[in-house]
Amino acid sequence: MMDEKKYAELESKISPKPPLIRNLFTAFITGGTICLIGQGISVFYMTYFDFTERTASNPTVATLIFIAMLLTGFGQYRKIAQFGGAGSAVPITGFGNAVISAAIEHRSEGYVLGVGGNMFKLAGSVILFGVASAFIVALIKTILVKFGVVSW
Amino acid sequence: MLSIFVTAFVVGGLICVIGQLLFDVANLTPAHTLCILVVAGSILDGFGLYEPLIDFAGAGATVPITSFGNALTHGAMAEAEKHGFVGVLTGMFEVTSSGISAAILFGFIASVIFRPKGKV
Repeated sequence: MMDEKKYAELESKISPKPPLIRNLFTAFITGGTICLIGQGISVFYMTYFDFTERTASNPTVATLIFIAMLLTGFGQYRKIAQFGGAGSAVPITGFGNAVISAAIEHRSEGYVLGVGGNMFKLAGSVILFGVASAFIVALIKTILVKFGVVSW
Repeated sequence: MLSIFVTAFVVGGLICVIGQLLFDVANLTPAHTLCILVVAGSILDGFGLYEPLIDFAGAGATVPITSFGNALTHGAMAEAEKHGFVGVLTGMFEVTSSGISAAILFGFIASVIFRPKGKV
């Protein structure tokens, strides 16, 4: 009979270590490539439409989410995610993928309860914590400005 | 012109490396990781550090999810500057509307045209 400690030791010895360096490398390449494509799209919007460097990020994000929709719908984003890990999750396309895949998956439950109710199942926490932290940060900054500690 | 593509690739890649470290080393779930990155972007903007990063890296700073936190905070602070405390609440989605509206719209369209293929 093996006691629990020995078993845990043995398990950690046998089970494969997550290839950290390889994961970091693929995340870097995947994330970098998505941002590179984003840069190309924003240069396109700056050249052919009336956008500046700051305002181009809005249509760029929308275009990237559109591409994420096609990749998700045809089942390709999953493959990118398997290769890229965080490199596919951290860019805005990962946010889009979370919303879109939830929408497709819950379609069978109907548009109101299924699609509408589950769309933000995964992405909702990002919106919640984004809004909550934006509120707190902006509130603190406003108070500090009112007391003259910092300026805008 | 070309250098912005290089910095976009490197900075965007490095933000994803931070995400991967939170996955693999800190053993966080993807949802926790993304929340931490959003809050980090928001706090960086509070110190006025995220906008210089956008100037430096372009899409390398605006495409990762950190920019979502930055945009929310930036809108809230810009409105607060004009209208005081009320602006903190009302300005939040001023800048960042496109990410959420695009995700909702394209999510809806996708649910109409695509059928689930196993796990999408």
